[in-house]
Amino acid sequence: MNTTELLDIQDLVVGFATDRGVAAVLDHVNLTIRQGEVMGLVGESGCGKTTLARAILGVLPQPAAKIGGGRVLFQGEDLLTVDPVSVNRLVRGRKITFIPQDPYGAFNPLFRVGTQIMELMKWNSPRVTAQELETSTRVPALLQRYPRDRYRADKAAVIDILNSVQIPEPEKAMEKLPHEFSGGQRQRLMIAMAFLPQPDLIIADEPTTALDVTIQAQILRLLRDMVSRQNISVLFTTHDMGTAHEICDHITVMYAGQEMETAPTTRFFAQPAHPYTVRLLESLPNRDREIREIGGEIPVLTEVPSGCRFHPRCSVASDVCRRDRPDEVLVADGHAVRCHHPVEPGAAS
Amino acid sequence: MNKSSGAPPVQEPILEISDLRRYFPVRNVIGRRVGWLKALDDVSFDVASGETLAVVGESGCGKSTLGKTIMGIHRSMAGTIRFQGQEIGTMRAAERREVGGRLQYVYQDPGASLDPRWKIHRSLHEPLIIHGGLRRAEREERVRDILHAVGLPATHADLYPHELSGGQQRRVGLARILTLHPSLVILDEPTSGLDVSVQATVLKLFRSLQQRFSLTYLFISHDLSVVRMMCDRVAVMYLGRIVEIGQTEAIFQNPKHPYTQSLLAAIPRIGEKRVTEDFWLEGEPPDAVNLPSGCRFRNRCPRAAAVCAETEPALAKTGAAEHAAACHFAA
Amino acid sequence: MKATVFILQRLYHDRSAFIGLVLITLLFLTAILAPLLSTFPDAVWDFNPKDRLLPPGTQYLFGTDRMGADVYSRVLFGARITIVTAVIAVGVSLLIGVPIGLVAGYYQSWVSELLMRVSDIFLAVPQVVLAIAIAQTLGPSLNNVILALSLTYWPWFTRLVYAETRSLKNEVFIESAIALGAKPWRVIVFHILPNVSSPIIVRTSIGMGFTILTAAALGFLGLGAPAPAPEWGRMISESREFLPEAWWYAAAPGFAIFLVVMGFNLLGDGLRDILDPRIRRASREHN
Repeated sequence: MNTTELLDIQDLVVGFATDRGVAAVLDHVNLTIRQGEVMGLVGESGCGKTTLARAILGVLPQPAAKIGGGRVLFQGEDLLTVDPVSVNRLVRGRKITFIPQDPYGAFNPLFRVGTQIMELMKWNSPRVTAQELETSTRVPALLQRYPRDRYRADKAAVIDILNSVQIPEPEKAMEKLPHEFSGGQRQRLMIAMAFLPQPDLIIADEPTTALDVTIQAQILRLLRDMVSRQNISVLFTTHDMGTAHEICDHITVMYAGQEMETAPTTRFFAQPAHPYTVRLLESLPNRDREIREIGGEIPVLTEVPSGCRFHPRCSVASDVCRRDRPDEVLVADGHAVRCHHPVEPGAAS
Repeated sequence: MNKSSGAPPVQEPILEISDLRRYFPVRNVIGRRVGWLKALDDVSFDVASGETLAVVGESGCGKSTLGKTIMGIHRSMAGTIRFQGQEIGTMRAAERREVGGRLQYVYQDPGASLDPRWKIHRSLHEPLIIHGGLRRAEREERVRDILHAVGLPATHADLYPHELSGGQQRRVGLARILTLHPSLVILDEPTSGLDVSVQATVLKLFRSLQQRFSLTYLFISHDLSVVRMMCDRVAVMYLGRIVEIGQTEAIFQNPKHPYTQSLLAAIPRIGEKRVTEDFWLEGEPPDAVNLPSGCRFRNRCPRAAAVCAETEPALAKTGAAEHAAACHFAA
Repeated sequence: MKATVFILQRLYHDRSAFIGLVLITLLFLTAILAPLLSTFPDAVWDFNPKDRLLPPGTQYLFGTDRMGADVYSRVLFGARITIVTAVIAVGVSLLIGVPIGLVAGYYQSWVSELLMRVSDIFLAVPQVVLAIAIAQTLGPSLNNVILALSLTYWPWFTRLVYAETRSLKNEVFIESAIALGAKPWRVIVFHILPNVSSPIIVRTSIGMGFTILTAAALGFLGLGAPAPAPEWGRMISESREFLPEAWWYAAAPGFAIFLVVMGFNLLGDGLRDILDPRIRRASREHN
């Protein structure tokens, strides 16, 4: 096992029960994230990126979602087999934190922001002692005290991070209600809350999609600064290639529940090897005013194509593509593609 | 479609907006008005027949309000809207309906404009029945023609909306608007929330429809890369005013207003250096109810000077023929 | 047609709604076929003193009443009165209430406020009390009962339709129909009305049950069709002085009322489950 691998997803299979049958949302997906790396997970609707993010966190919608196989190895341990209570206490919200797409929905509108952040710190502060952890298993949550000295230290850390995310006048801000902040500010608050527990991995699910483009630029820069300073890993899902280009070190592209290609960012855009990636990049709006389509439609997940799910729309598909899902082929250092007919380097326009 | 040559329009503009104003009252808890939200504040521009004019800006800039006010969904409080030479802003509802056929509005999701209990062909016939003038056989022919133009098989007309895919519903929604053969179509965020591949298909459809039916588009969007690909001219809005307007390439290559510059600077460029590293615009737009004196952008502008706080800059020509910017320091 | 088949299929799966449907069908069949099904079709109104107050037996299935008439046959013929009353009363309420609700909901102006306050006034008084007042003033007769019931039930439809219309008005397809130039009446009749038809159907079914109960109450109080009409409520009222010995005299019409009202309520509940959420949800999921 590579010791710098923080997260290693192997062969993950997830299905959703729907009115029209079982939707095969994730099909034997592999993904690896190293320590300190920002991994982008890109893809169009139905590709499974949000489901993958939730599977890692262990918050798939129940009872509709069924995990059909695979392992989610985080720091060596398979999160799917470990006791769920201890995953909840030790991992979720502490070693793995989450930045949601909709910052407003993540806050309770009735409580002050400061109260909610300190509530978070009560349970997930990096200063929680082993003794407190042990007590939390025996004593019911309502009766648990928040030690005064830790409270003071935590509060100082909160003010500090609110300054880093450029929330003006943090002390006053803590007394405000969520609706008193703008969308961009709420997202900064979510970022602050994701960093406070000093996690090893942050999962950011389309965190800038709902924001204006200038605010998005500010938030992306902020996020990158904070991540690089603390050597935290990030799984950043997005459907926008431009955003992925700005913030990710490494990009994995998914289509209809299958991961298609993974590569370092510059290589991903300069020399894509998978036909889907090539066509996707070509269809991005560009200067020359020519619009290039891919043709066909994204499959409905209750009736997926066999083998490689892109084959019905692929110009180089052959019989083997219809039969077998391709295995991973290493094209260059850190660049792997799952395709029977990968594009030759230099051939992609 | 070829890029328009950049020569000034030879005929009357199809749409002339002058000093358009639309404010929304802001009320406190007990209902008393405490201020105005200046959604549209003396907006003026023309649209030439056959062109595609983009109106871009971020949330709160007023572009959606602009589209709805032109359509008559909101009533303007001052200023004029001249469509094909007629003043439509002050028309009563009955007269307005008559204009309605030639000026159409497409929602972000055209599929949602279909009545879920009506079969497609009935939804398509409806606009023609409302506006009258065609016999049944003529209507049938026009509907068939439109279905073909949007790329849907004629057999689909017998289905209900929920029996079609999202993309097909979108096409039907567009077809419905086009049955009236409008001259000007307002597209309100047509690609927002769409996947990249779907977006390409939708844009291609818009282009082919424009050619086939000689449409003029008012393209409201926040997505500048799409705008660059689709539009002849661009108007940039900020907090209710147009701050810059001109030919697309002129704006993209040589933006004059600091806000436009920051907007363009925020667009990621794939294959080049990361834009966020040098991005300089700080903070957020000010509270729309409490605008700063003078230029409304001055609190965030690196070039702000004393004059900016005193006088609000007017939209003035900047040297190049059609390129105007509202800044005291535009070259 | 496809929709009706779909609804019937779904009803079959929902046991209690299906029972409701069966009961209502039985009611209608009974009313239509009363002359065939009853044992003494001509004797319903007769005076037959030597057979007074006989308990249920082979000749008189549900026993006889104080006039010596066969209770079974009277109950069957009473079904006709029940149906006529309910259908006309609910029908008239529909015809009054739905248009008022549509107009009030579509035009958000002082007129709508006025209309809704008027309907509030009617709703504030319990239906039975109001119906009694009206029927009492006009005199006891079946027509007056029907009139009274119509005048007191219409606000339920109005409130329902008003709420639905208001929320529908914000839907994109309504806005776009207006933007296309459709005149208000066209939008209301062709777009809004079909989309509120489901709640109206549900309310109609439940309203039938409610109306029958109220009609029976009025008949019990002597305000309905005069004797010797075999109206169920009146039969129960007549039976009072002979209870508890002639138990069949009250039990038969009482049980009939119970079955019919329960049938309409079960059917209404079942229809509510079937009609609204699934059709709307199904149509949205396909997007």
